[in-house]
Amino acid sequence: MLALKRSIGVRVVADDEADKDAPSPGSRLRPLVTLSPHAGTGETRALPMIEIFGIPTQALFGQLLLGLINGSFYALLSLGLAIIFGMLDIINFTHGAQYMMGAFTAYLLLQHLGLGYWGALVVAPILVGATGILIERLLLRHLRQLDPLYGLLLTFGLALIIEGVFRNHYGSAGEPYQVPEALQGGRNLGFMFLPNYRAWVIVFSIAVCFTTWFVIERTRLGSYLRAATENPTLVRAFGINVPRMITLTYGFGVGLAALAGVMAAPIYNVSPQMGSDLIIVVFAVVVIGGMGSIMGSIVTGFLLGIVEGLTKVFYPEASDTVIFVIMVIVLLVRPAGLFGRSA
Amino acid sequence: MELVAGPQALRKRRENTWSIGAAFAVMVALLAIAPFAVYPVFLMQALCFALFACAFNLLIGYVGLLSFGHALFFGWASYLSAHVEKIGTLSIPFWFGKVMWIEIFLPPQTPELALCIGTLTAAILGYIAGTLAIRRQGIYFAMITLALAQMMYFFALQGKFTGGEDGIQAVPRGRLFGMFSLANEMTMYVFVLTVVLAGFLFIYRVINSPFGEVLKAIRENEQRAISLGYKTERYKLVAFVLSATLSGLAGSLNALVFQLASLTDVHWTMSGEVVLMTLLGGLGTVFGPVVGAFLIIAMQNYLASFGQWVLVIQGVTFVICVLMFRRGIVGELANVLRVRL
Repeated sequence: MLALKRSIGVRVVADDEADKDAPSPGSRLRPLVTLSPHAGTGETRALPMIEIFGIPTQALFGQLLLGLINGSFYALLSLGLAIIFGMLDIINFTHGAQYMMGAFTAYLLLQHLGLGYWGALVVAPILVGATGILIERLLLRHLRQLDPLYGLLLTFGLALIIEGVFRNHYGSAGEPYQVPEALQGGRNLGFMFLPNYRAWVIVFSIAVCFTTWFVIERTRLGSYLRAATENPTLVRAFGINVPRMITLTYGFGVGLAALAGVMAAPIYNVSPQMGSDLIIVVFAVVVIGGMGSIMGSIVTGFLLGIVEGLTKVFYPEASDTVIFVIMVIVLLVRPAGLFGRSA
Repeated sequence: MELVAGPQALRKRRENTWSIGAAFAVMVALLAIAPFAVYPVFLMQALCFALFACAFNLLIGYVGLLSFGHALFFGWASYLSAHVEKIGTLSIPFWFGKVMWIEIFLPPQTPELALCIGTLTAAILGYIAGTLAIRRQGIYFAMITLALAQMMYFFALQGKFTGGEDGIQAVPRGRLFGMFSLANEMTMYVFVLTVVLAGFLFIYRVINSPFGEVLKAIRENEQRAISLGYKTERYKLVAFVLSATLSGLAGSLNALVFQLASLTDVHWTMSGEVVLMTLLGGLGTVFGPVVGAFLIIAMQNYLASFGQWVLVIQGVTFVICVLMFRRGIVGELANVLRVRL
C-alpha cells in the first residue's frame, strides 16, 4: 500500500513545447506591417523585408502560393469526383491512384520515349482516361443496378491493386521529375519570389476548371449531360446514347485526375503513395463543398488550399488537420455542405 | 402479410437458431483445439480481428452504414489501453492563459482495467464521430468517417503519449485480476477467446433484439421506418456507438496480445482491411466476419514473403468479392444449405 501511495500524485505543468512555438504575447502588439530594409540577408537580399502580423511576406506568400497549388489539385480532383458522381452515382475511390498514374505516365513517357512535359500533358490524361474507360466498361458497368456502396468498394479494391503494382515496380521512395525548360526560373514580384512553374500550374488549372464548368453549364453537350444526370431514362428516350455518355464521363473525370498528376510531378516527387494521402483530403473537400454544383467544387478546392497554406504559416502543427477540422465545423453548421443541396 | 408469427414462421425461426447454434458449437470446438495445432499468437490476432469485423458488420450488415474509419476506434483504444497498462499517468490538458497539464500520477494498471479504459475511449470517440457522420447519408457517410479517422491519425502521429512513429512498445501483459499471469500464451489465449466470444454473443443478442429489428428496418427502407415513427437518427447513433465500442474492445485486446500500439492500427489501410474481412466473409451474416478475419489474417501471415503483393492480392479479393459473390463465403454457403448462418 505504501508503494502505491507514493506513486500516486497530482502535478500541474505548463506545456513547454507549446510555449516555445507560440509567438510571445508581445508580438500581438506589433504594427501589422513593418518595413525593415536592413534586415534582409542571404538569398532574400533582393527583396525588402516586409512583415505582416510579424511574419515576413516572403514566407507568407510562399505558403499562400503552395496553398493555391494544393488548392488547384483539390479543385481538379473534386471536380472530377463530382462529375463522376453525378453520372455514375458512385464515389471513385480510384481517383487518387489515377492521379498517381498520371504522374507516373509522365515520368515513364520521359524515361522510355523521351516525350517531355508538354507532350505528357496531352498524352498522359488520354492514356489514363482510356484505362478509366476500360474500367467502366469491364467492371463498373455491372454494378449499375446495385447499392452505390459496392461501387465504392470496387474502386477501393482497384486503388489497392494499382498502388500495389506501382510500389512493387518502383519502390516507395519516389522519382524526381524535372520542371520543363520553358518554365524554369522565376520572377521577383517585389514582395516575393514567384517560380514560373508554380504560376503556370495555378493559371492552367484555373483555365481547365473554368473550361470544364463552361462545357457542362453552357453548351449543348453539357445540357445532355445534366439532363442524363437528372433522368437517364428520359434522355435515352430522346435517342441519346446514355451508356456511352456515362463511359466517356468516367474517362473524362479520370483524365482530369491524370492531368493533375502530370502537373504535380515536377512539384512533388513521383511516388506510388502520392495519391492515397491526397484522396482522403479531397473527400473531406467534397464533403465540405457538397457535390451539387461544379462551380462549388472548384471554389471550395481553391479556398481550402489557401486556408491550408495560411495554417502552415500561422500554426504549422495544424496544417495536416485543418481541412478535417473545417469539415467537422461545416457538418455541425451546414450538414448539406457549402454548395450542396440538402440530402 | 402475417401480423402475428404463425406456426410455420415459428418453426422456421427454430430451425434458424438450430443452424446457428450448431455452427457456434463447431466454431467453439475448433477454437478450443486450435492452439494445440496452430501458433497461438496468430490465433489471438485473428480472434481480435474477428471481433473487430463482427463489430463493423453490426453497422454495415444490419444498418447498411459503410464506415470507412473504423481504424479510428480500434487504434485509439489500443493506444489508450497500452498507455494505461504501461505508464498509467493521466494527463489532462486545460487552458489557463496557456496550455497547462494536470498530471495525475497513477501506477500502471491491470489488464482488465486497461481493456475497460480502451473500450470506454472508443465509446466516447464513437459518440462524437457518430453524431457528426450520421448527419449525411450513403456515400457521404463513408467519406466523413474516413476523413475523421485520417484526422485522428494525424493527431496520433503528432501526439506525445502515442510515441509518434515508434508507437507504444513493450507493453507488459500483466496479471489478470492480479492473479493469472498473461505472459503465459495459453492463459492469454483463454482470456482472449473468452472476451471475443462474449463480444460475439453480445452482438448476436443485439441483432436479434427488438432494437436489432428496427435497425434492419432502417437498412431496408429508412423513409418507411421514419414514417412508422422511429427516430432513425437515434437508432443509427446507438448502433454506431455500439460498433465503435466493440471495435475498441478488439483494439485494446490486440494491443495486449502484441504488447504494442502503433500507427498501423489507426491508419486507413486498417479500416480497409476490416471492410474486406466482412465483405469476404459475408455482409450481414453472423459468422461471415469471423471467417473473413481468419482468412485475411492467414493470408497476411503466410503470404508475408510476397511483400508488397499482399496489397495487390487484397485489392483483387475486393474486386472479385464485389463482382462475383457479393454475399461472401458464409452468405453463399448459407444460400446453398438454405439456412441462416
